[in-house]
Amino acid sequence: MRRVISVILLLIVALGITLCLLHIPFGVPKTKVGEHYLQKGKQETGATNIVTSVVVNYRGFDTLGEVTVLFVSAIGLSAVLASRRKKTAKEVEPASLVLFSGCRFLFPLILFLGAYIIVHGHLTPGGGFQGGAVIASAFLLIYLGCRGRGVSETKTKVTESLGGLVFVIVGLTGLAVGGHYFLSNFLPKGTLFSLFSAGIIPIIYIAIGFKVGSELAGIIGKLIEESE
Amino acid sequence: MNFLNSYIYYIGAFGLIFIGLYIILIKRNLIKVIIGLSILDTGINLFLIAIGYIKGGTAPIFEKSGIKIGRMVDPVPQALVLTAIVIGVAVLALALSLAIRLYHHYGTLNLRKIREQKW
Repeated sequence: MRRVISVILLLIVALGITLCLLHIPFGVPKTKVGEHYLQKGKQETGATNIVTSVVVNYRGFDTLGEVTVLFVSAIGLSAVLASRRKKTAKEVEPASLVLFSGCRFLFPLILFLGAYIIVHGHLTPGGGFQGGAVIASAFLLIYLGCRGRGVSETKTKVTESLGGLVFVIVGLTGLAVGGHYFLSNFLPKGTLFSLFSAGIIPIIYIAIGFKVGSELAGIIGKLIEESE
Repeated sequence: MNFLNSYIYYIGAFGLIFIGLYIILIKRNLIKVIIGLSILDTGINLFLIAIGYIKGGTAPIFEKSGIKIGRMVDPVPQALVLTAIVIGVAVLALALSLAIRLYHHYGTLNLRKIREQKW
């Protein structure tokens, strides 16, 4: 009975969506604003990756909201999993030497890749969100491969707070110094295609990278701690 | 064939969305419901990307050699999905933590046996 009701409901929704989508052509330009970003974005922001200039510059305030959503869900996870019972320190079996050494060898390399992706966010595909996820995967490797090791909760909380603070402070400085809107550029744009270009975009993306990396690492650590 | 050619990404995206919705409505194990939520999330991201696609377009990143602007896809949906993926991971983790709490409280993940979750 439940199954039949669900399938009928889905079919009704599918019919409605199909009727709507028949009027939306596939593969043609649809928005005027995207065209504007492609035409003017390089001159206005100094970043050659237009997605980055949209995320950080044109819709930077939006991104601040999204980072806040991330922060709230990380806080919610900590609050839900905060256990009242005292943690008993369980004896963890150490990993084999090969696994342990391999993880310790790979950890800095993955961090390095993450840092590279973050600082080149305005030139190549990548940026703070992607690089932060890569950095969190390095911490996942440590949690799985070198049991008993990990980063403390206080450190991740401090790092993510600092990242968010840098984001807001740079935005407010732009409001005060650079122009009449939040996150406006107040640094020189530099030459195109060079690492030190695009004004505040690399600074904000580094802040986002620290924030996302520490938040996801904190989430992973909390879940692994719960499973032990 | 022409219809399939021009709508294949929409069909794929909504296929994922409906699979996710079906799992959410039918399954009784909470972990499976969360997996359905994740599939739904992926479908929505794919749909947003497909909306911004332009036939024969490349990624909206300029190179020194220079690509004509008319050949680039719309950057706005890509920028939205970029953040949505990371948020999806965090929301998934929050849902899993709620599942852990429910398991500690009721001793089961079967939604039929949890009286408050039954429908």
